[in-house]
Amino acid sequence: MTRVMAQLAMVMNLDKCIGCHTCSVTCKQTWTNRAGTEYVWFNNVETRPGQGYPRTYQDQEKWQGGWELDRRGRLRLKAGGRLRKLLTIFANPVMPSIQDYYEPWTYDYDRLFSAPVQDSTPVARPRSLISGEPTKITWSANWDDNLAGGPELAPSDPILKRMSEQVTLDFERAFMFYLPRICEHCLNPSCVASCPSGAMYKRSEDGIVLVDQDRCRGWRMCVTGCPYKKVYFNHKTGKAEKCTFCYPRVEVGLPTVCSETCVGRLRYLGVLLYDADRVTEAATVPDEKDLFEAHKNVLLDPNDPDVVAAARRDGIPEDWLEAARRSPIHKLIFDFGVALPLHPEFRTLPMVWYIPPLSPVVDALANTGHDGEEAGNLFGAIDALRIPVEYLAELFTAGDPEPVRAVLRRLAAMRSYMRRINLGRPRKESIATAVGMTGEKIEEMHRLLAIAAYDERYVIPKAHAEQGARLEELATGCSLDYEGGPGMSGPFGEASGRPRPVAVETFHALKERQESGALVDPEERAGRVNLLNWDGKGLPDGLFPNRKKES
Amino acid sequence: MNALDLILWGIAPYLALTVFVLGHVWRYRYDKFGWTTRSSQLYESRLLRVGSPLFHFGVLMVLLGHVGGLVVPKSWTEAAGVSEEMYHVVAVVLGTVAGVCTLAGLAILIYRRRTVGPVFIATTRNDKLMYAMLALTLVLGLSATVVANVLGGGYDYRTTISPWFRSVFAFQPEISLMAGAPLLFQLHALSALALFAVWPFTRLVHMLTAPIGYLTRPYVVYRSRDLGGERGTRPARRGWEPAGPPRR
Ligand code: HEM
Ligand code: SF4
Ligand code: SF4
Repeated sequence: MTRVMAQLAMVMNLDKCIGCHTCSVTCKQTWTNRAGTEYVWFNNVETRPGQGYPRTYQDQEKWQGGWELDRRGRLRLKAGGRLRKLLTIFANPVMPSIQDYYEPWTYDYDRLFSAPVQDSTPVARPRSLISGEPTKITWSANWDDNLAGGPELAPSDPILKRMSEQVTLDFERAFMFYLPRICEHCLNPSCVASCPSGAMYKRSEDGIVLVDQDRCRGWRMCVTGCPYKKVYFNHKTGKAEKCTFCYPRVEVGLPTVCSETCVGRLRYLGVLLYDADRVTEAATVPDEKDLFEAHKNVLLDPNDPDVVAAARRDGIPEDWLEAARRSPIHKLIFDFGVALPLHPEFRTLPMVWYIPPLSPVVDALANTGHDGEEAGNLFGAIDALRIPVEYLAELFTAGDPEPVRAVLRRLAAMRSYMRRINLGRPRKESIATAVGMTGEKIEEMHRLLAIAAYDERYVIPKAHAEQGARLEELATGCSLDYEGGPGMSGPFGEASGRPRPVAVETFHALKERQESGALVDPEERAGRVNLLNWDGKGLPDGLFPNRKKES
Repeated sequence: MNALDLILWGIAPYLALTVFVLGHVWRYRYDKFGWTTRSSQLYESRLLRVGSPLFHFGVLMVLLGHVGGLVVPKSWTEAAGVSEEMYHVVAVVLGTVAGVCTLAGLAILIYRRRTVGPVFIATTRNDKLMYAMLALTLVLGLSATVVANVLGGGYDYRTTISPWFRSVFAFQPEISLMAGAPLLFQLHALSALALFAVWPFTRLVHMLTAPIGYLTRPYVVYRSRDLGGERGTRPARRGWEPAGPPRR
């Protein structure tokens, strides 16, 4: 063990996602409600099977994201190494165009008010936010939501294409689920590796991957580099932007906005310890199917005294070690063994993991008239139903069905074990032992997955002031730093002088400003809701107009 | 030497270079957030993929050519055994090829700017001025070469313009050398000076941060929360307008 580092990570329990898109909307409201980022969804929720966002992003033969092994088995960027990047910098050969996302639009709302009196009701026509012209809406971030246009659109799903023809047809009847996605804050981020100016970086304290807005020069190579297509190009500022893991929130111990507002309460946040010196080695294992195990091997056991000693040596604070021991992420990956990484074959070692959904299997079983909660039935169905398992395996384990099957069996065991308890029947230990667990462990897992108490879902240690010379988050240089809001003032009045960095203190200033009403251009406040300093209690500031004070 | 010559070849170069240098320093310190290529590839790729490499490789060759022609004294190349004729032929051929590539690339880029709707909307007045000056300088430079060498009997700028160029940097400007140069060369030099003077205030600043360091740095960059470095002092607001259809 040579270099211990800490990483904030997320797990999402897909069985509980109802596809409501609340996470996407609150994220957008917080981070990307500006001109230039209309099409930017740091968080998106895609229906699987489906094309994803941007369309078919998972097809790396087309989009060239992530890493691959060269002929001599060494790791290299799929889109080409350093020299190749510099030679093609003048026009990136594989950058997705706005049409691969969608052309964002608004409506001519004004016409509803300004139209002259007439017999027909006036219509607000759609207008492109890119060209300013009237437009026809033909695609969006969620066009194939809930399998809309299924037979036409779903076959372009790159995962389906990898499966056999006959499977495709059955499958449309059989199953569908939602996949919420944010940046993976990878251990081996190919976006960072692709950035020619070195503006993208992984924070050494918590592993969050950020873009330094002052150093980004708009070479737009990161967009290609990320296989998950989670770096977006702001076409107004000419700079790359990406999910920030809501660093200003997690630094003070609050969960990310997407987690906080998740209706299904399916997101878990916590700390993992990993060995930074083994990252490249793990990303380089020859067989893609071994990547999942190799990835797990990079993660360290926070209860191991050797690990703790090494972590102390490497400057990881005590409360972070404590948080790592209580980490729900570590439990879900190791103790319960139900979390899997998304597309390990991209070799970036992603750090947002997923508990695959059992519901497709349960549904299929129930459709055949069987009891979908009975352990025997479920185990049988997991083994028999090749299709959902094969699909999930393409997503989470580079096509290896065994780990997926093992996870689904555990989830199935939990289901039937807990149902017996619910129905007042005696506990049946054999269900637990059939999946290599104990009844006690299953109940513990049930507590974390089903009851999902707030402080068990989110175990987030605060950032340490003593780790940095200054309390305020200076290095992070994310897009929010540029908001006019957080208390900028200087010799030439508001908005002159040096921009102040984002920090909790400045959030309070922002709040005061929002409430005081004075001296702020009303244009500027209109429609600006700040969810960043909202703790989930009461109403967020600015969601509704301030009550007029009686004078 | 009259007053005009003094102003054009003895004073203007210093003004332009001072603005170029101080302008970059100021821009870098004040407006790091604005320091970008402002790539428009998200809107359009097909034309860009032809025009941009053509223009950039061309212009880099042109830059190299200028370094060779203006900075390296004639005596050096002669000492290295390169005869005037040889030098001349190579320079004219390479220079014309590079110039034509650059100009063709620029034409494609400007055509794209004008005809592709979203790209046109994203073109600022600053961009337009920059394109005008860039195009003017290029056209003048190319025509000076063509007129002098292909149509005329050839002009050895390495005995007049180049020594003047070097003399500027020696702070002993030999004004008369340049005052006697053909008109097209003079105009080319003047428009180039003007281009240098606006350079730091346009998107052309991206050239100065060409990412050569990428070749040697490790792939994954780790950075601590507190190692921020200095950031621009400009209260950057661009990109924080509320969303809405672009104004024409
Ligand atoms: C070696 C250094 C240089 C590099 C790496 C570089 C790279 C780039 C890149 C990536 C773009 C954005 C293209 C896009 O996606 O829209 C760009 C645009 C541009 N560059 Fe450069 N450049 C360099 C030098 C120069 C020089 C020396 C000039 C002019 C004298 C120049 C003039 C331009 C112009 C005019 C554009 C705008 C093109 C357009 O969108 O119409 N560049 N450059
Ligand atoms: S998922 Fe995030 S960290 Fe990983 S390569 Fe993409 S942008 Fe970078
Ligand atoms: S808010 Fe939660 S339940 Fe709703 S779509 Fe997002 S992840 Fe799924």
